Amino acid sequence: MFRKIGTKLILVVSITAVIIIGVFSYLNIERQTEVLRSEVQRHANQLSESVKNATRFVMLKNDRDYIQQIIDRIGIDPAINDVKILNKEGEIIYSSRPDDIGKMLDKQAESCYACHAANQPLEKLPMKNRTRFFTANPDSAQILGIINPIYNEPTCYESDCHAHESSAKVLGVLDVTISLKDVENQIKANEIQGAIFAFVAIIAIGFIIGLFVKRYVDKPVKELVNATEQVASGNINYKITNLGNDELGKLGKSFNDMTKKLDETSQQLYQSTKMASLGQLAAGVAHEINNPLTGVLTYSSFLLKRTKDNPQMQEDLNVIVRETKRSREIVKGLLDFARQSVPKKSLCDINEILDRAIAVVSNQVKLNRITIERINDPELPNITADANQIQQVFLNLFVNGIDAIGQDGKIQVTTSHMSLSPRGITQIKNAVCGKTHSLVDPQHKIGGMSSIRMKIKSNGNEGFVHLDPVYGMHRHYFGLNFNQNAVNQLTCPTCDISLIDKNVKCPECSGAVYKIQVPNQGYVEGCASFKCKWQRWGYIDGAGEKKFVEIDIADSGCGIPPENLNKIFEPFFSTKGQRGTGLGLSVIWGIIDNHNGVITVQSEVGKGTTFSIRLPQGNMKAFV
Amino acid sequence: MIKEHCNILIIDDEQVIIDSISKIASFEDLSVDFALLGKIAFEKLDKKNFDLIICDIMLPEMDGFQILSEIEKRKIDTPVIMTTGYSTIENAVKSLYLGAIDFIPKPFEIDEMISLIHRGMRYSKLLEANKNGIEKILLVPCPAKYYRLGYSCWMSQELDGSVLIGSTDFFIKTIEPVKHVELLNSGEILTQASPCAKFNSDDDYTHQLYSVLSGNIIGRNEKVIEQPELLEKDPYFEGWLYRIIPTEFDYETKILIPCSSDR
Repeated sequence: MFRKIGTKLILVVSITAVIIIGVFSYLNIERQTEVLRSEVQRHANQLSESVKNATRFVMLKNDRDYIQQIIDRIGIDPAINDVKILNKEGEIIYSSRPDDIGKMLDKQAESCYACHAANQPLEKLPMKNRTRFFTANPDSAQILGIINPIYNEPTCYESDCHAHESSAKVLGVLDVTISLKDVENQIKANEIQGAIFAFVAIIAIGFIIGLFVKRYVDKPVKELVNATEQVASGNINYKITNLGNDELGKLGKSFNDMTKKLDETSQQLYQSTKMASLGQLAAGVAHEINNPLTGVLTYSSFLLKRTKDNPQMQEDLNVIVRETKRSREIVKGLLDFARQSVPKKSLCDINEILDRAIAVVSNQVKLNRITIERINDPELPNITADANQIQQVFLNLFVNGIDAIGQDGKIQVTTSHMSLSPRGITQIKNAVCGKTHSLVDPQHKIGGMSSIRMKIKSNGNEGFVHLDPVYGMHRHYFGLNFNQNAVNQLTCPTCDISLIDKNVKCPECSGAVYKIQVPNQGYVEGCASFKCKWQRWGYIDGAGEKKFVEIDIADSGCGIPPENLNKIFEPFFSTKGQRGTGLGLSVIWGIIDNHNGVITVQSEVGKGTTFSIRLPQGNMKAFV
Repeated sequence: MIKEHCNILIIDDEQVIIDSISKIASFEDLSVDFALLGKIAFEKLDKKNFDLIICDIMLPEMDGFQILSEIEKRKIDTPVIMTTGYSTIENAVKSLYLGAIDFIPKPFEIDEMISLIHRGMRYSKLLEANKNGIEKILLVPCPAKYYRLGYSCWMSQELDGSVLIGSTDFFIKTIEPVKHVELLNSGEILTQASPCAKFNSDDDYTHQLYSVLSGNIIGRNEKVIEQPELLEKDPYFEGWLYRIIPTEFDYETKILIPCSSDR
């Protein structure tokens, strides 16, 4: 129970409240008691003085019965314990209790003690020393006693009665004792009231804190714990919602960011693990298949040499040799794909490659009653490409199309050429600073391509900016929040040399401009404050629009459900079950990517699928 | 003790490869011995003299590269041709770097293997002749600032950053006379340790030259195509083959041999 942060918090706050309120209440009650007592004291003094003054005249007249009457009358008040007047010798002359009259009091008695404590009796008793508190017996309430000395005055000894001598300083003492029962009751009531208040306050504080902790700490913490458990158990897409804007809310947000990043990285890792295992598989397959292929190739070639006079046999043997060579290329293609090797490019005619690919599947097409419709661009330019690999791409797409159609259908193959603006399609593959340090960051990819990394300093903060490597696209990633209107320093992460071109101002917002060198391909410039989207790559802009050849292969097959559309180019993704390896489309993707091309897919379930391949028409300018 | 002489030693763990190469060798009237393991190969090398070794890379116990290193350690100067079913550029580069005179991916065609065996035998004879000093063959020296891949292809960086590449005199001497030269076109891409040129010898066999560097071809020597004898006369200057812009210069030059180390 005490392991919960909420309980701990409530406990700590409650203990603090108990201590503070307890001490406060105690001090408060003490103070109140003191005030009450001093008030009672003052009151008693006043009373004593009043009695003295009231009896003064009667005393001067020496009317003893009358004095006793006054004393009796005063003593009727229940709050007053007793009122007595002692003479100098300590004899009680008057008292509200008739039994006491005539009794002698010792000098050590509590009534006398105030003056007779020292051997020499005091003649003057200050006001504060006149009162005393005592308890007559342990069960009864406290009693407050006030002694009031009656001093000698000329009227006392000059009077006719000659009761007193002129030499005496003090004639007697008026002693009033008051029961403190009521006062004590009131103090007790005060204590109880204080304790109840303290108790209620502590309970209320505990309750309020409890509610607060439950709402603002317990619930979010519970949600965070739940989220980490979810992620730990594999549900990496779990999102924390609605944690508010405080630190816990921020923690939740960064937790979401973290899981998102984690998800991306694990996807990448998954992909690369797949690739690695694919590479191992390819190596194994290549080694195992190439050895027997060597035998087939050698012996069939020998037979070719030996049967030069038998044209029939030569023809058959040539098929064996040709097909063995093709197998060799297929294995090599698998190896090449697994190792992402550079394609062996030469100038080739796409329409011709299509003819060849269609010829290969013509039998299958006829059997399934599928028609292949060609819409050829008669002015399709030749492009630099690896004809074998491109043929493999078409072949794979045709086979996929035939599988998707089953029986009776149509595959439409369209070729066309086009020019597109280089913006949004040209990748900045290499970028260096003034000291030729590479700015390309393969660790941080944007749209699957290595980003361009620059160091940014803004308002004393330092971080990195990852530029979108696609010219004209602005999917930049900013590792740090910075003021887009302030002057930002952009430098090389390796040598800190500035990447800002001081001679150029952004033509759109007239802010600073960064300038990055692309080896052999001029410079890329862009707005350094990133508030506007200005970017210029003179070399590429100067080359004019980029020319492409596009090949669309549309089938009237079953289509691909939308949830599978973004997975189809992943290795080992297959809907064909045992009949497919799940490699076909990923191999295609790899080949097209190696040719700097793009492959896209559009599909509607029940209507068909269209694959569009766009290949660059040679980028010779980049090489010269 | 005079060792027994045999033409070719085949080191491969696949019987069908040994049989295939043996068949090709017998076609050329060459004697053949074989070893299924590196250990056995060295036993045979102790007993016999060979002109040429054809060695597989993926072998149990001792792989092809270890065999190459061991051959160099034992100062056996028999030329070695590496072959593998796992024919990657890395394997080709590593083979040539470790001293193999050539590399042939499996499956090979008869003619490819024959041309290779021819070159290997010629190489062996050139070494023999130079060692014995009977008829010392004058080799055109490779200029000091040049670099070469194995013994076959050289490169030289020009002032403008482009690189000239060509064929070493030793390689030409294993083929000559060259009857016909076939080159790639400008704009095409070269990959290090991948075929970049084809030379036809007068026995009509095609010999492939492996590129010294990767890069984009920006020019080729048309004169060599017209007059293949330029290759023999002046292999390092007039007989250049391509002008390229290298793409992986810093990385790839690490495995090249400076020609200054030849003398």
